Parts: sequence; C-alpha cells; structure tokens
Amino acid sequence: MQQITLGGIDYAILIVYFVFVLGIGWALRRFVKSSDDFFLSGRSIPAWIAGLAFLSANLGAQEVIGMGASGAKYGIMTSHFYWVGAIPAMVFVGIFMMPFYYGSRARSVPEYLKLRFDEKTRGFNAISFAVMTVFSSGISMYALAKLLELVLGWNFHASVVVSAIIVLLYIFMGGLTSAIYNEVLQFFLIVLGFLPLVVIGLADMGGWTGLTERLSTVATNAGYSAGAWTNSWHHMSSPAANPMGVEWFGMVMGLGFVLSFGYWCTDFLVVQRAMAANSMLAARRTPLIAAIPKMLFPALVILPGMIAIALHVTGGGLLPVGADGTINYNMAVPVMLGHYFPSGLLGLGLTALMASFMSGMAGNVTAFNTVWTYDIYQSYIRPNQSDRHYLWMGHMATVFGILLSVAAAYAATRFNNIMDMLQLVFAFVNAPLFATFLLGMFWRRATGHGAFFGLILGTLAAALHHGLTLPAHAVIGLKGGFVGAVLHNYPSEMAQNFWTAIWAWTTCFVATIAISMITGRNKSNDDLKGLVYSLTPRLKDHEGMPWYKQPATLGAIVLGAAVVLNVIFW
Amino acid sequence: MKLDLRLPIGLMFTIFGLMLVAFGLLADRAIYERSLGVNVNLWWGLALLAFGSTMLWLAWRARQRNASG
Repeated sequence: MQQITLGGIDYAILIVYFVFVLGIGWALRRFVKSSDDFFLSGRSIPAWIAGLAFLSANLGAQEVIGMGASGAKYGIMTSHFYWVGAIPAMVFVGIFMMPFYYGSRARSVPEYLKLRFDEKTRGFNAISFAVMTVFSSGISMYALAKLLELVLGWNFHASVVVSAIIVLLYIFMGGLTSAIYNEVLQFFLIVLGFLPLVVIGLADMGGWTGLTERLSTVATNAGYSAGAWTNSWHHMSSPAANPMGVEWFGMVMGLGFVLSFGYWCTDFLVVQRAMAANSMLAARRTPLIAAIPKMLFPALVILPGMIAIALHVTGGGLLPVGADGTINYNMAVPVMLGHYFPSGLLGLGLTALMASFMSGMAGNVTAFNTVWTYDIYQSYIRPNQSDRHYLWMGHMATVFGILLSVAAAYAATRFNNIMDMLQLVFAFVNAPLFATFLLGMFWRRATGHGAFFGLILGTLAAALHHGLTLPAHAVIGLKGGFVGAVLHNYPSEMAQNFWTAIWAWTTCFVATIAISMITGRNKSNDDLKGLVYSLTPRLKDHEGMPWYKQPATLGAIVLGAAVVLNVIFW
Repeated sequence: MKLDLRLPIGLMFTIFGLMLVAFGLLADRAIYERSLGVNVNLWWGLALLAFGSTMLWLAWRARQRNASG
C-alpha cells in the first residue's frame, strides 16, 4: 500500500489543534475546586454542550474507522447501528430514564445501582466497568497507533505517548468539564473534517445514483442481489441474502433492543455527560439533542467506506489485500483520505481522526476516574475522607487510568488473543445489564438479591450461549464452541452476537423477577422515592414551555425522522 | 457558562480557515488532481472561515448582552 506523505501545512493544522485542546484545559483549571467540579462539572453544563459531548464521547476512532470498514464490507445495512441500534435507545434514556438518574443525584451509574438495589450489585458493576473502560481505551489507542504507523509511517510508540500525554494533561487540568468542552470542539472537527471527503467522493461517483450503480457490481460480484449494498432492510428476510448474515428479528431484538439499550441507557461513559447537565430538563434533552446529529452520521462515517469499496471493485484494487485475498476493510477511511485529499485538507482530515480518538479516550478516562474514586476508592478503600482527598485521588486516578491504558495498548501488541478474550467477557457482562435497569426503574418489587444474581446468571447465560454455538467458517475457540459441543451454527459472527445478547437479557430478566419474588424487599417505598417510576412524582416543570423544548415532543420528532430515514433507504 | 465554548471553537476554525485559504491561494495547482481538479483547500477554507467567524460573532454578541444587562 502506498503511504501518505504529509506536508508542512498538515503538521501545522495538527499542532494548532493540540494547542487548542490543551488551551481549553488550561483555561478551565481554575474552575476545579471540589471533587464535584472535577467529576461532574459541578452539574453546570448547558444542554447543547452536554448533548454534543454525549455524542462525541461515543465517537471514538474505532467508531469512525470501524463504521467505515463496515460500510465497505456490508454497505448501507451498517446504518442499522444508528437508526435502529442507537436512536430509539437515546430517546428512551432521555425521556424515561434520565428522571431517575438525574433526579436521584447519584454521581455515577454504579451509585444509582447502590441506591436502588444494594452494595454488591454496585460493586459488581463498578469493578467490571472500571476494568472495561481502561482496556477499551487501551485497545483503541493500539488501533490508532497501528493505523498511523501503517498509513503515515509514524512511530508507534511516539503516537501512543503523545496522544496519551495530551489527553492526560487536559483532563488533569480541567476534569470532566475540560473533557466535555473538548469533546464538543472535537465533534465539530470530526464533522467538518470528514464532510469534504463525502462531498468529493460522491461527486466522483456521480452522486448517489452513480454510487448505487457501482455498488450493484460489488454486490453481484459477491453473489448477492444487486441492491444488497444500497438497501438497508430489503434483504433481511434471510441471513443468506445479505452480506451481514443476519435476519431482521435477530437484528431488531439483539442490536436494536438489547445491545443498543444496554449501551446507551446504562453505560456510564455516555450517561455521565447527561448527569453533568445544569438542570433536569437539560439532562433529559442531552441524549435527544445528541440523537439529531447521530441520525445523520451514517452519511459521514459509512458513506466513505461504501465509496471505498465501489472504487476498489470497479476501479481496480484501492484497498490493501492480504496474502489470503481478504480485503483489509479497516483501511477504508484512511485510504479515502489519502485518495481524495490534497495536502492542507489532508491535515484537517487526519486531525479529525486524531480528534475522534482523543474524544473517545477522554470519555473512557473521565468515566474511569469517577467510578474508581466514588464507587471503589471511597466505598471500599478509604471512606470518610475530606473532599480534598477525593479530588486528589481523582487526579491520581486520571494518571493511573492513562498509564493502565498505555499498558493495555502494549499488551495488545503482544497478546492479541487476550484482548479478544477480554472484549468477549465484557460483552457477556454488558448484555444483561439493561434488564436490571429496566426492572429497577419500573418495578418497585425488584430486590437487591434479584438484581445481583440476575446479572450473574445473565452473564453466565451469555457465556454459555456463546460457548455452545459457532458462526459459519469459524474454528472452535474464542469465536464459540468452547464449552465442548456446538449445538447451533450461525450464518455470521454478528448473528451469533445478537442472539447471545438476546439470551443473556432474557435470562437476566426472568431470573431477576423470579429471585425478587422469593426474596424480601431490602428497600422500602420511602427509600425508593425518586428511583422508581411509580414512586416518583411526575415531573411538572415542562408544562407551559414551547413545544420544541419539551423532551417528549423532541423525542417524538427524532423517532419520526429515524423512521423516515429507514424508509428512504429501505 | 464558565468559559464561552464558542470562543475557542470559533477561533480554532477561523485559524484553520485562514490557513487553508492561504495555502489554497499559494500552493501549486497540481496537487488538486486527486480532488477532481477543484481547489478544495480554498473552498473548504472559506467554509471553515464562515463557520468560525459565525461562532466568534455569537460569542461576541452574548458577551455584549451580558455586559449591558
């Protein structure tokens, strides 16, 4: 593969960006006076900033690169990760769940679990989340450095160290506020850096019509019907008819319900941004505001991948191909940047890629230092210390969180399998979580024992299902079948993941109900006020407000728009 | 707000815009072969400049309002 060479202007743009992210941290450092300021921005963030940060924290480099890769590999079906796998859950968390998260004054998602259920449920969630965030930021650091090495010939160690130090400095100085402000800056940079790629690429293809034509060649070459890369729903009646290898029910239930709600509604990485909002109304509008640009992101991150594969197949080998003939889809977005961007714009595009990486990493680090300090350190290691002490711990946790991420990035270079295994374990832990929150928020009879053992059983069910099934063309091992027998073969890895999630969620849901019925309630109705739907007074503060500011109307509009998008690209 | 976020955003994109416009005016036209012959640095630089200065204007207006009221 041809390497991209950068000019002086490109480095200059990158350096200006570094100056600004560090400058924002520097400007905000004097506002950090208490642990509340450091971990929660003193609950002072306006809705639009919290909303864009909510989106940006999730928009790591892995998403930009991964969604581009999926766009090339599966075509427009990748948009299901947005229009089915994100928007409904974002509307749900804003309208139905935020009143309890924000209203309970919990400082983190695990802390909500302690208030609602008990200490052991919180501990389980806090520890698994803390470990997970550190490793996922390490893995994305590894992925980015590897990519920069491949595309630009940059030194792997230099990329890791420089990006880690910059993120460390700006969070250390300004805490969550600094992370959030920078995420908004990064959001605009990602949009404005990738938009010209889409515009030039589409112009080159002869618009959507031209792209559709070329992609029909891609589809028929791969043995699918002509529209497989450009229709999102049309080919989902059977897994054999589409490149993703999934059928609509598994996709809607597994991705659209379990995985998506599990992530957007319970992952502290995103929920933290809404918790930092300056009012209940702002907290509820945070995910709804985020949903609007999120809906349009497929155009920004999936289209470049689709253009890349169209060029690759019809224009002759643009993407790097491995010795065994498989295409390296992860290179789709970087290759597109080098293909269309001249020096100048290239610097902007690469800076946008760096920005996406930093926003994702900062999201992980701020979520980690909060959960570590409040839910692990303050709860189990050193309770009853002064606020100053916890603020100091937050700073330390930021340093250690980043050092651990760097260590994880290096571990990934040596033991690829361990990383894959960890990601698998995290998937098992996460899959059932939404059942616990759903029952916790909407069923007052759910007990602490029910929640804890429901979660454990759900996690085990996920592991068991994964261990007893195998996707097509996979060997027994990490991909499945490790329990000893293969009871079912899935047409694709994705189908297997979706069904693992469905099994885990259902097991957790049923087990939590069953165990709650036979165990005594550990919280009285009074304890649960503000934590459970039926025991919380209805919010009245939205009455008399213009319709476009009300969460419910905003949510309905967002959902309606998502339906329209699904229909257009059906 | 502790710091009007529109200020750094506006400033950064104004700088990026100016850099791209200047580079677009000065650089050899041959580099635009890959971008379909269009001087994208100039045009996108102008777009960034427009975005950045709008942000700066919004921040400036908010400051004026705060100062007077």
